[in-house]
Amino acid sequence: MSGPVSPAPATRAPAAPARARRGRTRWGGRLLFGYTWLVLLWLFAPIAVMIVFGFNDIKSKSNVSWQGFTLKWWGRLGDYPELTTALWNSITIALLATLVATVLGTLMGIALGRYRFGGQGATNLVMFAAISSPELVMGTSLLSLFISVGVQTGYWTVVIAHVLFSVSFVAVTVRARVVGLDGSVEEAARDLGASTWVTFWRVTFPMILPGVISGALLAFALSIDDFVITQFTSGTTTTFPLWIYGAVRIGVPPQVNILGTLIFAVGVAIAVINTVTSRRRT
Amino acid sequence: MTEIQAGKEEAAAAAASDISSVPAIELDEVVKEYQAHGEVVQAVKGVSLSIAEGEFFSMLGPSGCGKTTTMRMIAGFEDPTRGSVRLHGRDVTDVPPNKRDVNMVFQSYALFPHMNVWENVAFGLRRKRVPGAELRRRVGEMLEIVDLTGREKRRPREMSGGQQQRVALARALVNQPRALLLDEPLGALDLKLRQAMQIELKRIQREVGITFVYVTHDQNEALTMSDRIAVMNDGLVEQLAGPREIYERPATKFVAGFIGTSNLLTGTAERFDASTVVVRLGEGDRVLVPVGEGARTGGQVEVTVRPEKIRISREEPAAGVSAVRGTVAEVVYLGTYNSYAVNLAGGAEFTVFEQNANDSSITAERGDPVWLSWQPHHSFAIGS
Repeated sequence: MSGPVSPAPATRAPAAPARARRGRTRWGGRLLFGYTWLVLLWLFAPIAVMIVFGFNDIKSKSNVSWQGFTLKWWGRLGDYPELTTALWNSITIALLATLVATVLGTLMGIALGRYRFGGQGATNLVMFAAISSPELVMGTSLLSLFISVGVQTGYWTVVIAHVLFSVSFVAVTVRARVVGLDGSVEEAARDLGASTWVTFWRVTFPMILPGVISGALLAFALSIDDFVITQFTSGTTTTFPLWIYGAVRIGVPPQVNILGTLIFAVGVAIAVINTVTSRRRT
Repeated sequence: MTEIQAGKEEAAAAAASDISSVPAIELDEVVKEYQAHGEVVQAVKGVSLSIAEGEFFSMLGPSGCGKTTTMRMIAGFEDPTRGSVRLHGRDVTDVPPNKRDVNMVFQSYALFPHMNVWENVAFGLRRKRVPGAELRRRVGEMLEIVDLTGREKRRPREMSGGQQQRVALARALVNQPRALLLDEPLGALDLKLRQAMQIELKRIQREVGITFVYVTHDQNEALTMSDRIAVMNDGLVEQLAGPREIYERPATKFVAGFIGTSNLLTGTAERFDASTVVVRLGEGDRVLVPVGEGARTGGQVEVTVRPEKIRISREEPAAGVSAVRGTVAEVVYLGTYNSYAVNLAGGAEFTVFEQNANDSSITAERGDPVWLSWQPHHSFAIGS
């Protein structure tokens, strides 16, 4: 699109400021376009590097310079049994922690969003503290707690720790959804003959479901890549992030890049599905 | 349609056989108290009502008058602090809302956003485990009555306010409740749609023959649709009567002021003749009130008269009518009528409506001295 073609003499005068305005927005548009791509590049460059180096044909332990394309690492994903165990631990811990945190967090979110009760302010405060406190603080305090009550740290203490820090995120997400609900919708269900139980499952729960799903995804994402708190509470159990951290000193094998690529792909798929279905739902 | 008629006949037969003339809804000295900031607030201060089968009954009043709380006690969402609620003779005071045979249309419609129109309407029948074929037939018939056939698959948010309103109505009526409770159902609609829905509601009520209890703060809505109106204020029923009586013979000062425009006069009552009491205001002014309209001789009385009953003139009117003098303070041309604000010699301000029947100019201009007159039976003394 170029400017107006041969404007009639009578319209020339008013056309001039219009052209100037259009010129400014064109420059603004270009700037926004360039800036947007710069931000996207900034965000995705590290991920792209991770994906690409999963195909790097390295001869030594070090996977830092490009040495040619290969698919052989994809066939040798199971070369490091400890890595496989660590990944499996991370996935099962994340699933367990997500399940527990989602159930507890949803109940908390409903209670906090719907009712007024004694200790509500304190609950909100503790939740906020759990979200905002540094991982280092939470990790060390959890470790000292486990030691002082004589619990052997390991797989289950990691699960407990992950539930602890993700439950607040679920509760906050669900609470926001509950607060936005029109209470008369539930009254309408009661009025139409539904018991409180049926009202919850047929009306309340479907209406807060987007919040519950968002909370669960958040909990899973927080759990699967957590390092600091896991480091303090894992004992001899190894998770995926802990194994990679240990491997950094001797060189991270391309298998890690490939597993990272797969996790990223699953994450993207879930995000896409969530966006599509929630658009249809709400 | 046939189902509803059958239901209606059943109800009628039942009413005729055993429980003849049992009211659909009875409230007996119902009180609702709340705790607010450590003190007890009475939202409803003792309301007794008896609503007949098939009646279109309105509860009218300003916000905070207790009308919605009263309705919510009928539905079962609020427990009365004292008093009892009976539906068709059965005491339901302690029965939860899902076990009461009444349905409600909410002010916000309260449609289920995650269900389409058909599922919304079928919700109540599903809870009652109505078998599939009958359920489909009844939902289909109800959607036909509210003119939503063909929109079964729409989600509530994809519909206009008027359509959502009709879904809410269908969802409640499909259950064939003994009474339908409507909480300001037209409040969110624009004026044109509201007027259309008023007529539509009245038609549906006639068609299904179900008792309607209608809560509103809009006097026109109540006057247009109701068989009877309970005018509420400050937790009490001020007057319970038909629309015409409410308008023509408001029982209290509040009702006179809340319904339409009223002119109020205070004066000393004197005996005039056997059938009329005269109320003295200023020199030459006289207000005649029929005996038996609450006027007592010798005391201070308040007299009210509607603006459209008053005749405005430049000449002193003939004897036998009420007549007061005043000065025109404002004239407003309103198309179908002219509205005059007239300051009376006694200090009161009167509003007078003059029908715009002829195209000649208005009777009086701003600042003109005028006479206001009206027939004795158009004014009456009221309690306060």
